[in-house]
Amino acid sequence: MSVDAPERRLADRFPTDDEYQTLLDTRTRRARLFQMACLLALTVAVVALITLVYTIVNDSFGLVAVVNQNEPADVVADLGYDPAQVTLSELGYDELVGLLEATVSSGVGRRLEREQRFYPDRLVFEPDDSWVELCASEEPAVGCNSGPRDQANVLALVQERVIRPDIIATNQLVPSIFDPEGFEAAIAAGFEAGRFPDYELGQVGIEWRAWFNPTFLNTPSSATPEIAGIRTAILGSAWLVAITILFAVPVGVGAAIYLVEYARPSRFNEFIQTNIYNLAGVPSIIYGMLGLAILVRGLEPLTSGAIFTQGVPPSDNGRTILAAGVTLGLLTLPVVIISAQEALKAVPNSLRQAAMGLGATKWQTVRSQVIPVALPGVLTGAILAVARAIGETAPLILVGAASFITVDPTGPFSKFTALPIQIFQWTSFPQEEFRKIAAAASLALLILLLILNAAAVILRNRYARKA
Amino acid sequence: MTTDVIAKQDNGESPFARRSRPGETVIRGLLFICGAVSIATTAGILYELGKESLLFFQDDRVSLWGFLTTTVWQPQVGGFGIWPLILGTMLISIIAMLVAVPIGLLSAIYLSEYASQRVRSVLKPVLEVLVGIPTVVYGFFALTFMTPLLRGVFGTSTVGFFNVASAGIVVGILVVPLISSLSEDALAAVPDSLRQGAYALGASKLDVSVRVVVPAALSGIAAGFVVAMSRAVGETMVVTLAAGASPRNFSLGQDSLFGYILNPFGSAQAMTGYVAITANGDLSYNTVDYNSIFAIGLTLFFMTLGLNSLSRRFVKRFRQEYE
Repeated sequence: MSVDAPERRLADRFPTDDEYQTLLDTRTRRARLFQMACLLALTVAVVALITLVYTIVNDSFGLVAVVNQNEPADVVADLGYDPAQVTLSELGYDELVGLLEATVSSGVGRRLEREQRFYPDRLVFEPDDSWVELCASEEPAVGCNSGPRDQANVLALVQERVIRPDIIATNQLVPSIFDPEGFEAAIAAGFEAGRFPDYELGQVGIEWRAWFNPTFLNTPSSATPEIAGIRTAILGSAWLVAITILFAVPVGVGAAIYLVEYARPSRFNEFIQTNIYNLAGVPSIIYGMLGLAILVRGLEPLTSGAIFTQGVPPSDNGRTILAAGVTLGLLTLPVVIISAQEALKAVPNSLRQAAMGLGATKWQTVRSQVIPVALPGVLTGAILAVARAIGETAPLILVGAASFITVDPTGPFSKFTALPIQIFQWTSFPQEEFRKIAAAASLALLILLLILNAAAVILRNRYARKA
Repeated sequence: MTTDVIAKQDNGESPFARRSRPGETVIRGLLFICGAVSIATTAGILYELGKESLLFFQDDRVSLWGFLTTTVWQPQVGGFGIWPLILGTMLISIIAMLVAVPIGLLSAIYLSEYASQRVRSVLKPVLEVLVGIPTVVYGFFALTFMTPLLRGVFGTSTVGFFNVASAGIVVGILVVPLISSLSEDALAAVPDSLRQGAYALGASKLDVSVRVVVPAALSGIAAGFVVAMSRAVGETMVVTLAAGASPRNFSLGQDSLFGYILNPFGSAQAMTGYVAITANGDLSYNTVDYNSIFAIGLTLFFMTLGLNSLSRRFVKRFRQEYE
């Protein structure tokens, strides 16, 4: 070992015991230092992951200082109920609509009704004749063709328009637990400094708020962060995933079967293989451009649904779920193909030879011998690929996911938003409350991915046990 | 049994002749089409990016020469030099690699050479989880954790709210698992005989790892670095959220090199960031803005294609050594 060797003039004699001990110590110390450095690097990576999850959870819960324009208890009491027994969410549909009718201006009410009507058979805000006129016009309102609102939707509207909670300050989870007085003191100091000119200190209630809660998951988006939810985004993501799977899994598995079972080594087949590896490395934003140019723009009659209907197309341009779903499908395709190829290659050749020996044709062999054995592996790869597709944001921005949509998607030709898009938009707003709901939406996305990954791991383990 | 079959085919043809099976042919054809979709995708990418880029360069305000040589990107006033955007991308990617290469490689050495089987079975999935986290969540992390951290450490006057360092460090964290898993595969593929030979000569674990195993796996490790670089160059969301939305226009010679051009604490827009910001919202077709994102996309495509081909070359060399 030349580096550890003593200096040159010592080279022709053996080191003394002391020198030998020193050299040995140096060597051991260096080795230990290096091992520590490696362990440190690994620790840094793990700590980064923990910090990331910590940041998200820390922002998803915590104390808030809130001022209600109308106290829910007062509202319930005005309707003649005992506020101690009945809460706002237990009111009936008609009562909720009545509250809205009594509170909001007719202009706002008509706008709400044009977005989505309250009753299938009667109108609350809009006069009948102008409604008929509106729906017969060149650009009919969205509410003309969609079904009525439901309980959760109207409850959210009442929260937004009648209770009108205004969160004036927020706190993170950890300081909320260990130093709640600090937050109250900061609010009081804020009032002294005149930071909240619209309110008095007495109006402010300090309460716990889980930004990530069932209502958040089941409420459409809103421009007011206090009452915004991610139902529209979750449904949008679900539609996207469905289309991605329908496109990428059959085509991907088909391509993998062709390459593994059928393709003879030739220039062309080698080219397909190289091409797939290259596609797997193309940045996702470029798939977004492909989707924008070909699916949204080039195939607009198809992606807007215009060729399936006479007259009014379901969507006025190609920025629909269908276009985005196929874009994500193209994006995941190489990953699905590569993992399916691995799974097919792992099937022992003896199975194929046995089937062929019994007189099965190529396709019979593949269908009834190879595919069943390879299926768990193929599915694991497909689930992981889909998990990747759910989190993709850049291609969706390109194909035009709308950031502000409060109506649930109804089909492949709907305008849509998706979870990662919602997170992106909310993160880029400067207000604190939007950061909180961005964190809560991130938490929802991470939980969804955790479930999918767990499913993949379970499948893989079951497969490993059988093999 | 055999006689039955022969009897049934009593039409002069040999019973063992190859039968034509239209069903088989159709299925083979369908599967081939599935395989060809990937080629159509590549063709589509090249065609659309190329076509729109051509339209971009046909615009009176734009010239290919100016695109490749000038250093101001300001579409509003006719500045169409791509270098400020490339500068943003490169600054972020280099910071990312400075973070990810040591962490990723040392982690891989630990996992492959030092860790027990049990430790490995716990830690490897943790690193895999890092890969699965959507990049928009990393963007949120950069903006709400890394940026305040940097501003707290270096002072708010030094570090801007949008800055390259925060984006770069977080992109680095994001590509660590790529480097560590590819490097670990490469290290694990080095034959044990090499290690045992070195130990027999009296080498310590450090010597074996650093002077025997790592050099032997070098091309595999290099492939991991290049893949990570390519991923960092194409990364969009972290860059869009944390690095800012204004290109760092510069003029060589006039602007201070380290004070401004290479300053990690200032904001800079990357290529992907420009594309995302420009396309966000309803972008009208056939405008110079619309065409410009395709020209930038084409540049990005060739950069990542080059990096990916390089990495596959490394992998191939590595395979030849040990197979």
